[in-house]
Amino acid sequence: MPDPAIEFRSVSYSRPLRPRVLDRFSLTVETGDVVALVGRSGAGKSTLLKLINRLLEPDEGAVVVEGRDTRAWHPIQLRRRVGYVLQDVGLFPHMSIGANVAVVPQLERWPRERVAARVDELLELVGLPAQQFAARWPDELSGGQRQRVGVARALACDPPVLLMDEPFGALDPLTRAELHGEFRRIQGRVRKTVIIVTHDMGEAFALADRVGVIDEGQLAAFDTPARVSASTDPRVRRLLDALPQVPRS
Amino acid sequence: MSPASLGAFVAFVRGHRAEMFALLAQHVVLVAAATAIAVLIGVPLGIFAAKRPRLAAPAMAIAGIVQTIPSLAMFGFLLPVPLIGGVGARAALVVLILYGLLPIVRTTIAGLRGIDPAIREAGVAMGMTPRELLQLVELPLALPSIVAGIRVAAVVGVGSATIAAAIGAGGLGEYIYRGLSMVDTTVILAGAVPAAILALTVDGALLWIERQLSARRRSRSRQVALAAAAAMAAIVLATSVASARLGGRRGAVVVGSKNFTEQLVLGELLAQAIERRGIVVERRLNLGGTLICDRALVSGDIDVYVEYTGTALTAVFHQPIATDPSTVFTAVRDLYARTGRTLLPPLGFNNTFAILVRGADARSLALRSIDDAARESPRWRAGFGYEFVERPDGYTGLAKAYGLRFPNPPRVMDLTLSYRALAAGQVDMIAGDATAGLIKGLDLVQLEDTRHYFPPYDAAAVARAELLLRRPEVREALERLNGRISAADMRAMNYAADVEHRDIAAIARDFLATF
Repeated sequence: MPDPAIEFRSVSYSRPLRPRVLDRFSLTVETGDVVALVGRSGAGKSTLLKLINRLLEPDEGAVVVEGRDTRAWHPIQLRRRVGYVLQDVGLFPHMSIGANVAVVPQLERWPRERVAARVDELLELVGLPAQQFAARWPDELSGGQRQRVGVARALACDPPVLLMDEPFGALDPLTRAELHGEFRRIQGRVRKTVIIVTHDMGEAFALADRVGVIDEGQLAAFDTPARVSASTDPRVRRLLDALPQVPRS
Repeated sequence: MSPASLGAFVAFVRGHRAEMFALLAQHVVLVAAATAIAVLIGVPLGIFAAKRPRLAAPAMAIAGIVQTIPSLAMFGFLLPVPLIGGVGARAALVVLILYGLLPIVRTTIAGLRGIDPAIREAGVAMGMTPRELLQLVELPLALPSIVAGIRVAAVVGVGSATIAAAIGAGGLGEYIYRGLSMVDTTVILAGAVPAAILALTVDGALLWIERQLSARRRSRSRQVALAAAAAMAAIVLATSVASARLGGRRGAVVVGSKNFTEQLVLGELLAQAIERRGIVVERRLNLGGTLICDRALVSGDIDVYVEYTGTALTAVFHQPIATDPSTVFTAVRDLYARTGRTLLPPLGFNNTFAILVRGADARSLALRSIDDAARESPRWRAGFGYEFVERPDGYTGLAKAYGLRFPNPPRVMDLTLSYRALAAGQVDMIAGDATAGLIKGLDLVQLEDTRHYFPPYDAAAVARAELLLRRPEVREALERLNGRISAADMRAMNYAADVEHRDIAAIARDFLATF
């Protein structure tokens, strides 16, 4: 059995002068799974992702990526193997769409033609034909389009792991549903290990193979969407009950 | 500007096209070089400080204090400093760099601090090294802000560089100082107008670049930055080649002078006398006051200038006043010799202080000597140059010797402006130079120093001894002027320059032709 893609081994983390964000938190993510981590705002979801690509380091315990402790990885190498889609996208405003997608391949010193071909391929993949979009600027795109560019940029060097921090948070419901479909289509083709953090249980159910519920710095539940939705744990129920009721006819 | 003075200005510009271009070129090279070096130091400094807030605050405070030092005072502080100080373009460059640093460091820090943290984090998360983050993300985003700082530095530099003429760095300030010392608005404008145009041009060009960089089409930012850098390099190169041709001759004898008309004429006379022997001369005229010239001679920045024996005795060597001309000359010659300098024989005239009143007053009140003025002093206002108020042989001793009692302390004003102030009735008595052309031009009368208060001020060239030993032909050239310039000659030449506004080089040439 191969190493799991990502493991949290009894990780504790706290910011100075604040209550503990993570308290002996453990989680195992298998290669190729899409995992959604759900919790209320401030539950430490973004912290979890930053521990994976070593933007942060644990106070106690260990975060293990592909069988190696993040502190044993060279941080630059680790980050280039882990794609990251940010909460507010974080496209570079001084670069065109094409240049934004090309950043990591260029950091990896790919030859020029290979970079150009990869940019075309990725923009095609996320539904923004290069011919039409590569030369445009981030502030000329809609929020949904920018989010697609963010995904394309994160996938550029074909990293085995993709981290997504509230990727669809700021979008209107229609665009969001559309992008959920896109996400499933793309994941069907690229087969990454994906960790999505969201405060929206509905989004978690729509996208994930497994859903984790974070409460008080610990994992309150971690299972398939069906089992999580049937859970009687009050910490899980609170989040489930917050979902809007769809009237049945 | 009235049509007549506009005409005079246009005529001056026509007549001095070559010189004006040379001064403009010096000005541009000085400012461009200073700004370029300030960028090379300031941007890395700003990057360094932006990441270390504890360091940034004190660094900004120091830079802020430097900025508040008036530039003339800054030049003064640097005079005695070895390597970077002294007179000439090098010291001016140092001062301009210091002034340019603050705006550049400040805007670099502001530009880097203003970047959205999410964008920086995106770069880090994508696996950029700190260096890559700086090159690909931080600097491009901070660039418009940095260019704004460069713009401020360059425009301030154009202004400060005019003051650098006081220490012989050349540039358009030379006309401003020359014009001030000649009380000639046309010459002042000949320096001030091109300097203002230059400042506006630099401001406009850099503002355009700044706008291009912060415009929506950022694709061009790199090309714009490259084009601007290339244009700047081309300007510096072209102008420095041009000015290298015009100046910077090795083995040249450097002639200095203080910053008033008579000194400019004397400097020109020395220079042309030497040139007549086929020796190359570099002129560093208009060098501020006595102490600046003295320091420049000690440091070897100039080789020769004309000093007055009484001034040397009291102001340079801090000796008590003496009244016998030959005693003073011998004492001063010995003091110079001990410090490696040679005082050549007197040129022939004594430029003592002249206590001056209006001709009309002299006639109506029957004023002949300073004693007569003492009688009137309780109803008068006096105006003196800075130097006369400070010097040991100046105002304080004079008031004691003659019992002058003015109701108010004397007004301190620029020496050359004081002649005009007297003629215009703003003051009633001034201390001028006995050889001033304006005495004749403005109908002023010199009062007799019956009590022999003022020591002799015999004009004589003082040169670095080492130069005279090494190049005896320079000594021979200078000695041709011994005893050849009478007080009447000097007053006539000053009159030609100050009142008739004749070209100083031409005045000197005509005078030497009479030998």
